[in-house]
Amino acid sequence: MTRPPARRRTAVAAYIIRRVFAAVLLLLVVSAVTFAIFFLVPRLGGQTLDSMAAQYVGKSPDPDVIAAVKKNLGLDQPLYLQYWHFIKGIVVGAEYQFGPDPVTCNAPCFGYSFKTHTEIWPQLVDRIPVTLSLAVGAAVIWVISGVAIGVVSALKRGSFFDRISMGVALAGVSLPMFFTGLVVLALFGNGEYVPFTDDPVAWASSLVLPWCTLALLYSALYARLTRAGMLETMGEDYIRTARAKGLKERKVVVKHGLRSALTPLVTIFGMDFALLLGGAVITERVFSFQGLGAFAIQGVTTADLPKVMGVTLVAAFFIVICNLLVDLVYAAIDPRVRLS
Amino acid sequence: MTELKKKTPAPAAAGSDGSGPEPLLKVDGLVKHFPITKGILKRKVGAVQAVDGLTFDVRPGETLGVVGESGCGKSTMGRLVTRLLEPTGGKVEFQGRDITHMSAGKLRPMRRDIQMIFQDPYGSLNPRHTVGGIVGTPFRLQGVKPQDGVKAEVQRLLELVGLNPEHYNRYPHEFSGGQRQRIGIARALALKPKLVVADEPVSALDVSIQAQVVNLLDDLQDELGLTYMIIAHDLSVIRHVSDRIAVMYLGKIVELADRKSLYEAPMHPYTKALMSAVPVPDPRRRGAKSDRILLKGDVPSPISPPTGCRFHTRCWKATKICGTTEPPLLQLKTGHQVACHHPENGEDLAPGDAPLVADVITVKSTAATAPAAEADEAGTVAEEATEPEASAEAAAPEASEGPATPEESAEAAPDGDGDGESGGKASAATPSEASEDSPKE
Amino acid sequence: MSGATKKDSQAADAVPAPRSGDDHAFLSVRNLSVHFDTDDGLVKSVDGVSFDLEAGQTLGIVGESGSGKSVTSLGIMGLHTSERARIGGEIWLDGEELIGSGPERVRKLRGQKMAMIFQDPLSALHPYYSIGAQIVEAHRVHNKVDKKTARKRAIEMLDRVGIPEPHRRYEDYPHQFSGGMRQRAMIAMALVNNPQLLIADEPTTALDVTVQAQILDLIRDLQKEFGSAVVMITHDLGVVAEIADSLLVMYAGRCIERGTAEKVFYEPQHPYTWGLLGSMPRIDREQTERLIPVKGSPPSLINVPSGCAFHPRCPYADVPPDNITRTERPELQQVSDGHYSACHMSREQRERIWTEEIAPKL
Repeated sequence: MTRPPARRRTAVAAYIIRRVFAAVLLLLVVSAVTFAIFFLVPRLGGQTLDSMAAQYVGKSPDPDVIAAVKKNLGLDQPLYLQYWHFIKGIVVGAEYQFGPDPVTCNAPCFGYSFKTHTEIWPQLVDRIPVTLSLAVGAAVIWVISGVAIGVVSALKRGSFFDRISMGVALAGVSLPMFFTGLVVLALFGNGEYVPFTDDPVAWASSLVLPWCTLALLYSALYARLTRAGMLETMGEDYIRTARAKGLKERKVVVKHGLRSALTPLVTIFGMDFALLLGGAVITERVFSFQGLGAFAIQGVTTADLPKVMGVTLVAAFFIVICNLLVDLVYAAIDPRVRLS
Repeated sequence: MTELKKKTPAPAAAGSDGSGPEPLLKVDGLVKHFPITKGILKRKVGAVQAVDGLTFDVRPGETLGVVGESGCGKSTMGRLVTRLLEPTGGKVEFQGRDITHMSAGKLRPMRRDIQMIFQDPYGSLNPRHTVGGIVGTPFRLQGVKPQDGVKAEVQRLLELVGLNPEHYNRYPHEFSGGQRQRIGIARALALKPKLVVADEPVSALDVSIQAQVVNLLDDLQDELGLTYMIIAHDLSVIRHVSDRIAVMYLGKIVELADRKSLYEAPMHPYTKALMSAVPVPDPRRRGAKSDRILLKGDVPSPISPPTGCRFHTRCWKATKICGTTEPPLLQLKTGHQVACHHPENGEDLAPGDAPLVADVITVKSTAATAPAAEADEAGTVAEEATEPEASAEAAAPEASEGPATPEESAEAAPDGDGDGESGGKASAATPSEASEDSPKE
Repeated sequence: MSGATKKDSQAADAVPAPRSGDDHAFLSVRNLSVHFDTDDGLVKSVDGVSFDLEAGQTLGIVGESGSGKSVTSLGIMGLHTSERARIGGEIWLDGEELIGSGPERVRKLRGQKMAMIFQDPLSALHPYYSIGAQIVEAHRVHNKVDKKTARKRAIEMLDRVGIPEPHRRYEDYPHQFSGGMRQRAMIAMALVNNPQLLIADEPTTALDVTVQAQILDLIRDLQKEFGSAVVMITHDLGVVAEIADSLLVMYAGRCIERGTAEKVFYEPQHPYTWGLLGSMPRIDREQTERLIPVKGSPPSLINVPSGCAFHPRCPYADVPPDNITRTERPELQQVSDGHYSACHMSREQRERIWTEEIAPKL
């Protein structure tokens, strides 16, 4: 009598371990591919080692310095060694012989910008909370409002509420972020980002506008998705069974309908959220927030490869983690996933 | 089928000893295993043994019915002989040519001669093509130019299957289910095939429509001299349309016989149970519940089928040999092949073998599983058998399926007539003990 | 509402009722209609169906797809939730009228006094909840018991319907059950509150024939044990012949023949019933004749043919005089005690055709 639950628990544990293992593997692959793109693709594009090294030097094309950079960065080494040094740098830190003094890049070393003479990691650490605050707050707003509107629309299909909310949702989906953002700015003005740890209230009030702007787009999308999912689910046979049992309609909707209807939304939410964590580029730009997106833009415009590389890796990390979470949530929701 | 058919050179009469005319289709030891893979590396962890060693012929002009429950492999078999699937092993010969592993290119001309009709009249027709386009497709694919042009030929075909030729330009959704099945038939017949394999051709249709299609298939066979292989789960339909019938269970043919012989005196216990389970539209026979053999539980998983005779886990006649030795498909009467150690309506091939039931009862008492243990477990357990801890458990429920025997089966008479003497009595001794385990008192 | 029983039964007498008494049968359906407003027009899925069913008896409702048999059963259960459904007539369950009594009252009866099992147990069970949890839920909606008691009851029911190791299987999810076991679990769920009326909508259509035999056997046994009334909806005449005491044949949303199973099978009075019987290949006899199908296809429920809805497919449409089959809808008329048929042909004509033309070919 006790065996079956134990066996089931083993199966679930095995599932989780499998997914975590796969996630780690995926991260390694992603970092390798990112690395290859940043270090290999320019060469394929016709750049020489010298010209690549020159990018790290700024505006002093001294051949000796270039040669030194080339050597210190290991650009003359085979790619797999370079990758190994890179990974090693993340774990134990790295040291670059650059100019008169050696430059240390503490672990985790996600690269060193030779243009601004800064380590990348501390800058990322500064910016992650900004983007995280933006994304989490917006996500809470859009999930709650989107799902609520979607469910009510589905249950009252064809009603006045349904038509109005779906019309607004369509408009919301259609309006680009930079437009709504600018309108909001023009109406309410801009605020400075205040870290949560400094003053939670000021933190929230500084973020309300960007949250709402960002959430408008997504909640419109989620309302439509929820409505469609709900309409489909409420037509399922098991909903009929739930009614045939004599359950109250509210219980039918919430316990039997909503759980199934929201399942596909988990995947989409995981992706949307992860992408936002990688940098809500336009929102940050519009509201002049110094988040990851702004950092990436800065890296791209100044051709500062380590910056871009750092953001890319962080973004990839978030996506992999969110994917892992989505898988686990899925398994928690759907026994067919965890028990097969 | 009917008197009409009997006028055509009835090959069934030649008996199944192979002395008849050259078979149109010859299948020998046909095997299809679908591998089950696991993980990203697609490591093979097992195989669904969908079809596992079939040997039979289809003779020109006859209708071979193939019947069995879901998961017995009958549909896979249909797809193998039409070469929509490539067999894992064995041999398929059509008109003396080996088509077992023939390449798609070489198969192409053969496709004219072997056509297939599918179950789902909704799913198998492209909704964006007109009926004329659908029925005319085979001509285009095969590069055949009918004498009077494709359109005239298609209209002739539509008329042949009882559709209005003027509906040439309509779309499938404008037709009812029965009419769509007619379209499917017209398409199959376009190139004048020799063999038509029909997979559940009427099971998606309403009763009244089903009869129309059955009659149509019947008429077309007479008119065009077609050979049919009709795959269905409905034993009544199969009885009506077939000359010979193959009964399948878990990837094997357990019985292959002429219609009359099979329905009047089935020899395999499974066939007998299957037939007795079909509800008869005759309320007065309701009281005669004792006719019915209620098989316990479900068909075991084809991933790890039982050893020996695959039916032994649910068979009330099973003895030790049934669990160890697979019975070969033997001709025990004229036109009647059976794969069973202890056939009904025939001589016992392994007399005096210790009944499996006694053995099972000991296992049960020690295992002390729930009283109403049923064969159902086999399916679930089999899937988990890769896990070491489950394997110990696998033995118990499997063994306890043995007593899955209704007491009624003791006096069970074969369906349809009354001569159930020998077979019925042979089974009489064992089940009474086991019946206390049955969920019904 | 229940106080009005006697008065309302007067109206019910307008339609032929197999019962002559004043009060209603355990389940009494009077002139039930279920119409749906659609963009294409009014779909008359059920259009005036009446029948009675006593406790302990089984009624088989037979018909092809679109004949309205499932719609009728969902109507009794009050499961037509669409705002587009228009439901008329009366449904009396144990002296209580359901259509006029409001959705909340009917909800309380659902799963308690009347329960239903469906065709495809895989889609009818929620994939995310364990079998046990779903049965417990059904029990606790109508019974104020703690979880432990409900669990005990659920396991007891699983055991009763023949699920081995019910303690273990209680935890399992529907996808871990085989088709036959799922339907058993579904039956356990339906019967957990000892309903007096069980409606089974094609309960064995999705199952293999050997499993079907097990399930029919189970339903029959449980009915005997609990004495409930059973409505068995099916397209399979074999199944109703197995299990039904009386029979109702539906065509295009109306009842065209009704009577005891014996009468309907051996003295059928309607050409459509003949058609069904003639369409069916028989397992129990060597057939030498061709099948006798019904020509054409079932009618659209938006444009039901005038007069007798069956006339375009009826080989005897011209037997009655004056084109009456095309102009006037035949009402159910009593043929013999408890046997009704809706056909314009005279009884003599029908009996002659049946005995001389149809019966010998079956």
